[in-house]
Amino acid sequence: MITATEFRAIANNGIWKQNSSLVQVLGMCPLLAVTTNAVNGIMLSLATILVMALSNLAVALLRNLIPHEIRIPVFILIVASLVTIIDLLFAAFLHELYLVLGIFIPLIVTNCIVLARVEAFAAKNPPLQSMFDGMFMGVGMLWTLALLGGLRELIGAGTLFSGIEMVIAGLQPLRLLPESYPGFLLAVLPPGAFILLGCLIAGKNWMDARLRAKGDSRSPVAAQTAGR
Amino acid sequence: MSAARELTASGMAARTALILLLFVAVFTGLLSAVYLWTRPAIEISAAKEKMQKISEVLPPGEYDNDLLGDVLMLPPTPELGLTEPSRLYRARLAGQPAALVFEAVAPDGYAGKIRLIVAVRADGRVAGVRVTEHRETPGLGDYIEPKKDRSKGGPWIDQFAGLSLAEVPPADWRVKKDGGRITYRTGATVTPRAVARAVLKAVQWADANRERLFAEGVKP
Repeated sequence: MITATEFRAIANNGIWKQNSSLVQVLGMCPLLAVTTNAVNGIMLSLATILVMALSNLAVALLRNLIPHEIRIPVFILIVASLVTIIDLLFAAFLHELYLVLGIFIPLIVTNCIVLARVEAFAAKNPPLQSMFDGMFMGVGMLWTLALLGGLRELIGAGTLFSGIEMVIAGLQPLRLLPESYPGFLLAVLPPGAFILLGCLIAGKNWMDARLRAKGDSRSPVAAQTAGR
Repeated sequence: MSAARELTASGMAARTALILLLFVAVFTGLLSAVYLWTRPAIEISAAKEKMQKISEVLPPGEYDNDLLGDVLMLPPTPELGLTEPSRLYRARLAGQPAALVFEAVAPDGYAGKIRLIVAVRADGRVAGVRVTEHRETPGLGDYIEPKKDRSKGGPWIDQFAGLSLAEVPPADWRVKKDGGRITYRTGATVTPRAVARAVLKAVQWADANRERLFAEGVKP
């Protein structure tokens, strides 16, 4: 069904090479609104992983039945139905989790990465590959949003993982800077999210450039293939 | 030739429209099915959540009626600080009035409104008070919420439990700084003062309206 190489390529694509926030720069609206702390970013990403894996799977299964001309409305129909169904199922059977995750599920509708992956990947690939693609796109978003949320929280208020007590009872947020830290409001406001995201993108590009440079000096052949 | 092509084009359009219609029908059906299937479970969960909150102010052993079924819609009540309609639940034990459970708002918190849920027993004693919503300073004024209250002597807000106007004069329902008996923590006086004032008003309102509230809408 799926080879190890294929799997590795899909995972690498989602987590690093085509990272939804850092490379495709999609889904900025929920990203700005939610990443005021690490816990919110993680929760939104978990909900997104679920929705993306399932919508990619559904579209890949139905891909041969969907005429090319009307694929976009059909994709939107599938994704919207799926999000609503997941929302209802959570509310009905996982109510404890719904109270924590529930507010993030409708936010996924504003995230164009779901439709982007359905169109770019699931419409052309078999179900299993498509499901993993959706999942790993979500995982890429998970670490990025957790990092961004953590940074904004730390710079803005000096804490880390505030709100964790709502998710796992008994855990307390970390206070990394002294109580007297006055806070830095800009980091918590939307412009702060843009500035920090810019720094993260720059950081990723710098790391990629370094890796490439290292590859150059070690084996010219690898560098050649990478350059293509 | 051109007529035949036109026919194929409109035929294509009709086919595409039909397929789209089919998808819409299937997914709408799927959605309705899931909605109908999950509705009872969602209602039960929502009711359970509500009961969970109510049981914190009124122990379930003190009444035997269907509390969520014995509900009165209150118009906006300025005595309780409520500017919008709210619900009032009537607890009865063996058909006799046991307690009233209702919402109240302290409008003068340090950072805006503090929403409370209050239960007052039929004898005028407070059964319990809980904060449902507030924006008081974290780590300073938020000890009104038992979850954030780290004192060892029990949650701050529990000191209202058991008080009644028959035994405690209104002047005592104030923080100690204002000459009352309600304790407070240094650095955050505005918050407990607002809560104490709202609880006193709620109890006075319950005392004044109890008979009417318990009788309303009940067939003799």
